[in-house]
Amino acid sequence: MSLDRAGVAGDPASPIHRLDPRAKIVGLAGVTLVAVSTPLRAWPAFVACALVLAAIAAIARIGIATIWTRLRAILPLVVFVAAFVPFARGGPAVEIGPLSLSEAGLATFALVTAKATIGALGAVLLGATTPFPEVLHGLERLRAPRLLTVIAGFMYRYVFVIADEARRMRSALAARAYRPRHLGQAAALGRLVTGLFLRSYERGERVYLAMVARGYAGAMPRLRALAFRPADTAFLAALALTLVPLRVLAA
Amino acid sequence: MSCAIDARGLRHRYPNGVAGLDGVDLQVAHGERVAVLGPNGAGKTTLMLHLNGLLTGEGELEVAGIRVGEGDVRELRAAVGLVFQDPDDQLFMPTVGDDVAFGPLNLGVPREAVHERVAAALAAVRMEHVRQRAPHQLSLGQRRRVSIATVLAMRPRLLVLDEPSANLDPRARRELLEVLDAIDRTMLVVTHDLPFAAQLCERAVVLSAGRIVADGPCAEILHDERLLAEHDLELPAGFDLAAAAPA
Repeated sequence: MSLDRAGVAGDPASPIHRLDPRAKIVGLAGVTLVAVSTPLRAWPAFVACALVLAAIAAIARIGIATIWTRLRAILPLVVFVAAFVPFARGGPAVEIGPLSLSEAGLATFALVTAKATIGALGAVLLGATTPFPEVLHGLERLRAPRLLTVIAGFMYRYVFVIADEARRMRSALAARAYRPRHLGQAAALGRLVTGLFLRSYERGERVYLAMVARGYAGAMPRLRALAFRPADTAFLAALALTLVPLRVLAA
Repeated sequence: MSCAIDARGLRHRYPNGVAGLDGVDLQVAHGERVAVLGPNGAGKTTLMLHLNGLLTGEGELEVAGIRVGEGDVRELRAAVGLVFQDPDDQLFMPTVGDDVAFGPLNLGVPREAVHERVAAALAAVRMEHVRQRAPHQLSLGQRRRVSIATVLAMRPRLLVLDEPSANLDPRARRELLEVLDAIDRTMLVVTHDLPFAAQLCERAVVLSAGRIVADGPCAEILHDERLLAEHDLELPAGFDLAAAAPA
């Protein structure tokens, strides 16, 4: 997956983009939670979730093409697994040509696909309306484990550096006519990965020195505080008022 | 009067037995700009790491009036700003602004004042416009200047730069030189870019095999072809020393 395709999209000045990251994390996780906890017979709740997410995307002016490119990176994995269920489940079957599909299995497939799509869509919208450092800041303030947010922060900073190094090493291999055609030639790739690991490991030590040199003592300080404003409360209230009654009625 | 750096008989041996420093004596006065020249493996980086207590060895070392190895490390780290060679090691926060704020926040500077310091430090390296950007979106020359801002924001009394001109194109190198020249601070510049040293520093010391083997006005040291050759140093062909002296 290309790293360039991540990051904020749409209109950065939209009301959704300007929301506090905590509001967006809680709100979108809430939508996902409603979807995940809904049984198939209460399908209108799925429609409601999808409509809410579509409204958020529209307000943030994120195009369908952007959403589709990003969804494509997440969804196939989930749907791929779910696609086998109709063949594996027992019980009453539906015959489609030569295929015999379990009815219960088909229902599970539809359910998993709906839930996964809504969950993934929520994540895509969060990512497209909130810079990643802000997401981490929000998670930190929501008391997510500090170690995880710090690791994610470093990963975000250095994934570009490491990807660059990998690209250079691959070009160096290609420049010397390396074109692996059978398994025996894969050894060079193994060495490339080893090299990359060692470089990253050494970099880790140097980064740590640079941090200590600037007074690091175990905590990552934040310059800006997050501000939870009336708009954020309104956003969460609107989501809750739309989805909670639907979910309760549908149950 | 205390010196900015006062090292006497400084020795350091790495765990594998290699001597990084083998009795370094070095005095640097306040306001001086000193180039530390020397071949690879001479101990330049080792010396630099000693200056802010990241490595400790035998002998005496006093930096900015603070005896290294005793007392408050935080005070020492506030007084000595280290700029590492690879800006990707130095810049580890998601945005430039956060990175420049990292040092002062660790020092316990109040947030209001940190905002001011970040703005002033970025202005000093002419990088105000990249405050919200991520480090990986900047060129190497820009990242190097931002690295300098990250330590300037700590208001150090001494600035120590490791190979500041490495891998820069001529234009980025000139811009960096202008930026550094405008910074009024005691400076120790570790480099083997001799023209860069000549343009920035009045004084130079040659570090070789863990010892200071020469110490004098930069122009004089760089004129001494035999000395340079003995320690694997070389001016680029056709470089005019007389035209390069700092103003």
